Amino acid sequence: MNREDFPIFKEPLIYFDNGATTMKPQCVIDALVDYYSNYTANAHRGDYDNSLKVDILYEGVRGKVRQLIDAPDASEVVFTKGTTESLNLVVFGFMKDHLNPGDEVLITKSEHASNVLPWMELEKEKGIVIKYIPLDEENKVTMENVQASLSPRTKVISIAHVTNVIGDIRPVQAIGQLCKEKGIYFVVDGAQSVPHMKVSVQEMKADFLAFSGHKMVGPTGVGVLWGRKELLEETKPLCYGGGMNTTFESTGEFELKEVPTKFDAGTPPIAEVIGLGEAIDYIMAIGLDKIHAHEQELKRYLLKRLEEVPKVIVYNKTTEGAIVAFNIEGVFSQDTAVYLNHYHICVRAGNHCAKILKDELKVKNTCRISFYFYNTKEEVDELIRVLKDAEHIFDVVL
Amino acid sequence: MDANLRRTIILDNYQNPMHKGLVNDDGYIRIRTNNESCIDDLTILIKVVNGRIEDIRFDGEACAISTSATSIMIRNFIGKNYEEAKSLLEQYEAMIDEKPYDEEKLNELVVYEEIYKQPNRKKCALLPFRAIHQILDDPSLFEK
Repeated sequence: MNREDFPIFKEPLIYFDNGATTMKPQCVIDALVDYYSNYTANAHRGDYDNSLKVDILYEGVRGKVRQLIDAPDASEVVFTKGTTESLNLVVFGFMKDHLNPGDEVLITKSEHASNVLPWMELEKEKGIVIKYIPLDEENKVTMENVQASLSPRTKVISIAHVTNVIGDIRPVQAIGQLCKEKGIYFVVDGAQSVPHMKVSVQEMKADFLAFSGHKMVGPTGVGVLWGRKELLEETKPLCYGGGMNTTFESTGEFELKEVPTKFDAGTPPIAEVIGLGEAIDYIMAIGLDKIHAHEQELKRYLLKRLEEVPKVIVYNKTTEGAIVAFNIEGVFSQDTAVYLNHYHICVRAGNHCAKILKDELKVKNTCRISFYFYNTKEEVDELIRVLKDAEHIFDVVL
Repeated sequence: MDANLRRTIILDNYQNPMHKGLVNDDGYIRIRTNNESCIDDLTILIKVVNGRIEDIRFDGEACAISTSATSIMIRNFIGKNYEEAKSLLEQYEAMIDEKPYDEEKLNELVVYEEIYKQPNRKKCALLPFRAIHQILDDPSLFEK
């Protein structure tokens, strides 16, 4: 649906790599161009008309994000470069000062690098201990396994809401409830969920939620960290400079502005934030429930049609997210991706930045199809046609 | 080279690569090559004895181009001394980079003569040769 809003689809292109990034509708592109063409000014400065307009639009996007993720307050919305920076801010801005050596952080082996490496670094710096919640035989997180992983030293559970390789939707509400009861911080990586389904930080009782703009038809270079107000107040910025302080003296004393402005050191990505606001309006107008339903239908359709193709191995038939991980038997995933590229079909090959999932999946590299609302059954049909012809793959790729 | 012959040689080396499987022998230099796109991951072992490459072995997971290039590299670099290996490597890289090269010297390696048409695969064709670079960076290996 809504394909006509995307200028890139004027040319033949079957884009199935939405887990990596998404295409941009004209309205988002226009919002960027409008800022650069008609009212460029810095944020939080000056008393002239354009700077005031920038301020209102920039700050207004926090309210749009609040609505999107059902946050209690717009001031809890921090702009970052993306999910990676958001998670780094949680780990090094907050957890570093709130965890002690021996404290345990629970993650899983299907987390993205950005929810693994910051914790590994903190493990080195601070002596915290990373533990992995075991995945079940379908590589999913079950409440039994979460319960069984808890110890008196468990201080944090940090997991993706939806994982980026197999697309399982985690039981975040139940995990959030458990965290509240046990006094455990609950950090949610929403990079693959916020763009695709209704997310409520209040229902999932999260302490922090991280996500990116570019995976939800927004610009690159901007993302969000939402956190509970009292936690953000105790979070140290990763970056210091102009715009985030109220005062500093040559004696070395300084004071920071309030949350969320204390996280806005330097000139923020103004055009991108405004573009993100436009993207949020756009997907909310379509409706997150509608997007989710459309993607699920596409996934069911693809799985059904893949049964017609011999030699295709699917690794995540039972997960609910809009992602299908597969290989053609005997063909390296990258060769499959290069083959599909000849037909203007874009898929991702590799380990998808989840390098420790191989321990669970028993396969290192896969091809990944990740849908968005603009994908169609006709595109799936074309993929199936090309895959059925894959016996000629080496005539094409070599 | 005829396109069908080229494809046959590449495919044959991909499906039945030479010297696949590592050995536990301290006499080998061990090199791990990771592609920037983080997919291809090969471990290559090279043994230099009396100034010549005596053996090369490899293992790992990689695409058809990288795997076949490793196999053909092994076939063509075993037995070479420092100067010969250096010269062959230079010719090969010149071919991949679309610079003048001597087809005669390259033997089967000419099967990648048209890889430039797929720029995203050049790095696959060059990947295993990082191992050759690494041993050439240390000429003393050839002096033992």
